[in-house]
This record gives sequence, C-alpha cells and structure tokens, in this order.
Amino acid sequence: MNRIEQKFKSLKAKNKKAFIAFVTAGDPGLRKTEEIILALEKAGVDIVEMGIPFSDPMADGPTIQASFLRALQKGVKVQNILDTVKRLRRKTELPIAFMMSYNLIFHYGQEQFIKACRAAGVDGLIVPDLPPEEAVDLRALAKRHDISMIFFVAPTTVEARIKANTKASTGFIYYLSLTGITGTQKAVSSSVVKHIQHIKRFTDKPVCAGFGISTPQQVKEISKAADGVIVGSAIVKVINQNKGNLPAVIKYVSFLVDALR
Amino acid sequence: MMLPDKRGYFGDFGGRFAPETLMAVLEDLEKQYQALKKDKGFQKEFQFYLNEYAGRPTNLYFAKRLSSYLKRLKVYLKREDLLHTGAHKINNTLGQILVARRMGKTRIIAETGAGQHGVATATAAALFGLKCIVYMGALDVKRQSLNVFRMKLMGAEVIPVESGSKTLKDAMNEALRDWVTNVKDTFYIIGSVAGFHPYPVMVRDFQSVIGSEARQQFLKVEKKLPDYLVACVGGGSNSMGLFYPFYNDSKVKMIGVEAAGLGLHTGHHSATLNKGTVGVLHGSKSRLLQDNDGQIQIAHSIAAGLDYPGVGPEHSYYQASGRAEYVTITDKEAVEALKLLSRLEGIIPAMETSHAIAYLEKLAKRVKKTSSVIVCLSGRGDKDMNQISKFI
Repeated sequence: MNRIEQKFKSLKAKNKKAFIAFVTAGDPGLRKTEEIILALEKAGVDIVEMGIPFSDPMADGPTIQASFLRALQKGVKVQNILDTVKRLRRKTELPIAFMMSYNLIFHYGQEQFIKACRAAGVDGLIVPDLPPEEAVDLRALAKRHDISMIFFVAPTTVEARIKANTKASTGFIYYLSLTGITGTQKAVSSSVVKHIQHIKRFTDKPVCAGFGISTPQQVKEISKAADGVIVGSAIVKVINQNKGNLPAVIKYVSFLVDALR
Repeated sequence: MMLPDKRGYFGDFGGRFAPETLMAVLEDLEKQYQALKKDKGFQKEFQFYLNEYAGRPTNLYFAKRLSSYLKRLKVYLKREDLLHTGAHKINNTLGQILVARRMGKTRIIAETGAGQHGVATATAAALFGLKCIVYMGALDVKRQSLNVFRMKLMGAEVIPVESGSKTLKDAMNEALRDWVTNVKDTFYIIGSVAGFHPYPVMVRDFQSVIGSEARQQFLKVEKKLPDYLVACVGGGSNSMGLFYPFYNDSKVKMIGVEAAGLGLHTGHHSATLNKGTVGVLHGSKSRLLQDNDGQIQIAHSIAAGLDYPGVGPEHSYYQASGRAEYVTITDKEAVEALKLLSRLEGIIPAMETSHAIAYLEKLAKRVKKTSSVIVCLSGRGDKDMNQISKFI
C-alpha cells in the first residue's frame, strides 16, 4: 500500500475527504516548488499533484500552459523534478502524484521511469493523454513497483468505459468535473455531484473531482459526493501572481481546505 | 495483414493516445467510419462531390520539358493543384464533412499550417452551411495572409494561436483543446494522416483517390507501372494518398521528401523521419522532433505546410519496414525548384510541393537507366507569391 492508498484509508476511517493540490513543478523554480509543497502540507493538503512541464500539453488551459512554459524556460528537466521529490522525502510523507504527458514517460523509458519514481518516492501517475487501453505495459510496471496509475472518467465517458476505467485505476479515480481543459471555466457542482454518484455505483475506489474548481462553495458542494477535490489552475495562478510568496499561497489554499473540514 | 490493426497501429506506430473526454467520440467515429467505408450511398455521395465540386479526376500530365531537362527521368505530374481551392486538401475535407454530417455535428473545427487545409475546410463548411473555426499559428497567419482572407471570405472564423512556436503544431494543440471542450456538437477535421485512430486511416482513405487515379491513368498511357513515386511529406497526407494504392506493387519505389529547412546540421528543419525519434504527439506514436527530455522541438521550413515536428504514423511504418524511402530538400533547393517548374512547364507549384520537384534532380542522378516517376503536384503556388517574391 503506497502513500496515496494509505491516505485514503486513514481519511475514510476519519470520515474525511481529501484535498488535492496541483502545483507546476519548477514554477517559479524547483527550490520554491519544494517549499510550496511543504507549506501546502502544513495548510492541510492531503495529496500533491506535481504537474511536469511539457511543451505541448493537450488538456491544459492557458494558466497551466503558461506555467509549464515558465518552468521550461528555467531549464527544468524531468530528472531535476525526480531529484526534488527525493529531497522532499527526507522531510515529508505527503503523498505525491505526477501529472504529465505520456511522451515524457515514453521518452524516459517506461521501466526506467517507474523505477525512478519508486526510488524518488513518487506514489502515483496521472497521464491525461494515456487511456487505460494504451497503458497495458505501464500499468503492469506500476503495479510491480506499487505506484498508483490514476485514470479518468469524463462527463462524456460511456458506461462500458466507466466500468473499465474504474477497474484499471488504482489509488483513486479522477473525475473530470467539466468537459474541457483545465482552468478555463467553472465546474457546475450539481451535475458533478450527480455524475460522481453514478460512477460510485461501479466502484468502491475513491473518486476525486478536478478541473474548473476554484471556490470554497464548489469544494464544499462537490465533496458531498466526491472522496476528494482537486484544485489546479487556481493555485497555479495564485503562486504566479504572488511570485511564489508562501503566506499568500497558504492563505488561499487554507481558505479552500477549510471548506472541506 | 490489413493495417492499421484494430487498435489503430501500423506496426509499432499509431494508436489512440487521447484524453478521456474524447474517447467516446473517437470510438463512435471509428464505428461510423467503418460502416461508411462500406456504405455505397456514402461512397457515391463522396465521389459526387469530388467530381462535380472539387474537379476530379485530376490530370496526370507528362511534363515533357522538365523530363528532357532532367534527361533520365520521364516525369508525370499528378495535378492536385488543379483542384478547387488549389491543393489536395479538399479531397479529405469533403470526405470528413460528409462523415460529420452523418454524425449530426454542426460545428466544424480545423488546424492549418499553410492555410490550405483551413481553406479546404472553410470551403467544405460553406458548401454545407456549417459553422467553421480554424486555428492557425500566428506566424503562419502572417506568412499566409492570403489564405486567411480566403477563409474569412467563406465565413470561417480564423483564430491566430500565439502559444509555442506559433505554427502548425500549436494550431493543432489549440484545436484539440477546443475539441475537448466542445466535443458534443463539434467535429474536428484533421488535415493530415496524423492524430488519434481512426484519423490516420480515414484521411489516408480519403486521399487515396490521388494514387488510385494516378495508377489507372499511368497504366493506360504507359501500359506498365511507374518506377518511382515522389511526394513531399509534412504530416504526410498527399504522399500517403499517392503511395497507398501502390503499396502492393512492390517494384514501385516510393520516395517521401521532407523539409531540410536551413540544413539538417543546423537544427532548423522539419525532417521528422530522417532526424526524429519515436514518441507520442497529438494522439499517435510516430517519429518526432524532440529534445533529450522528450520536449517537442520547433520545426522549421520555408513551407508552412511542412513545418511540423511530427509525421503520420503510417509513414513511420513505411520507413521502418523499408517500403518507402525518405529524403530531404533544403529551403533553398525548394525555391530553385519552384522557379524551375514555373519556367519549364508554366506551372507554379506550392512551396511544399517544390520540395518534391527539387528531389527530381537528385533522383535523375541516381537512376541508372531512364525511369518513370509520378510526382504528386499537391498544390499550386499562388498562396506563396508574397513570401517568394524576395527570392526572385
């Protein structure tokens, strides 16, 4: 059982929901990312999603695209990010998942990458352009090294795929709270709740919702059905606007986390 | 074995690396397309628009003066430049818009590099009264302003894309993001043999009319098959359209011409098959221009339509299996070829097509005896006149 699974187990025992925060690795700089992640833990964040910068992300809106570009311009490499996780692991047991485009994994070498994740202390992978049917090898490798492979269910996902994807997914299921890209529109809480209730008929695994979530009201409403809420673009925006200034970031995230408690 | 396989793979290349939001529509598209492929009514309708609207069949023209200039080559030009809108792209957009109509989609989106696919999409959308949005890299909007104007005239909305290299790959990223957002009512007309399964096979099938016609036309005149096929390769739709119907004619040699840009050694090129490595971009596994970390590199070519760091997966398969050979031509050589064909035959080819023409001089030096070649004259050069004027 890796840190993500342990986290959901302990949250469930306490009848609590997970707050999952997304940060772009290397924006503004990897040292800062490290500090931000440690501060997020103190603010009550349960799981961190590190966005691995990619030149051509398919499912990301302008906010995350721009943050990727800033990180890439700073020269951030996949290896540096793995090293950052390794350093973080001396200080924290906070569950960490990488959210990244498949080409970066493929290019690194699937087996080498999974082993490197394991060695560094990465607990899960979220790969938006890799549906379970293209992930047969990666899933087997991840399973062998106890890394969660988190797959998606979208509002457009048909029932047969809901079954297949929830079965394939480990750690949790990522429910896309809107039909679209990250951060560009607001998720409508009522339809998200309804969809998650539907998905839960097919699985006992935790279902977490993300995309278009930025307000305490949304967090509160969606967590009625979801086991966790994921906030991404909104946090990335606050980090960028405040140049990584920790108190400002913590203030915003605490505000959201409190809505969950 | 018939390729692609059920999962959309041509050997090791292809597949469906799609966000979950698009999986349902891609599965639906695949099912519908498989049915339409066998649907006589659909095929008849497609053929009707190809013939009556786009102007098919196109001529296979024996280029006499070019042939005598090249000496050892007997060059036939497959005149896709004579099609409505001036390039082969219309074959595919007519096919896809008919699929979109059958699927009940009312909003059409497309990406475009040189603007030819954008124009062909805007044309097809106007023909059927559908709303059309075209994503185009901001740099290409500047390079190909005439095509932007044509699209707007036909009622399409052209959205300049300011991200990344501001060229074709970024236009495709943005079109994909639009599709992820508006998938319910929107059909994405991809312009090349790239993207998620079933796009590479669907676009290949629609463009195969090029090779099927050329094969028949050549057989009729020469009573044999050609020795060579030559076509330029960006994403690879005109070349695949020419090559595919000759796939089983193992004696017919296929040559795809990539853009060497400022030179292969400079790093400023679009020679994906010659210089790229295997990776995943825009939904399929194929060769890519990428750096040591797997980040996509910026391609360069004087021809906006070749300026793409990926290539259709079936080309990667043809290369790996040895069925086709892929060579390169620089910006400079392409410009010279454009001038050459204009002077010798009174045909001004597109900058993209000029890469294929340019390779003929090299091929003429390679062949041991007089050989016949069909070149896909994929588009006309009108759109490039502004850009080319500084080289004349």
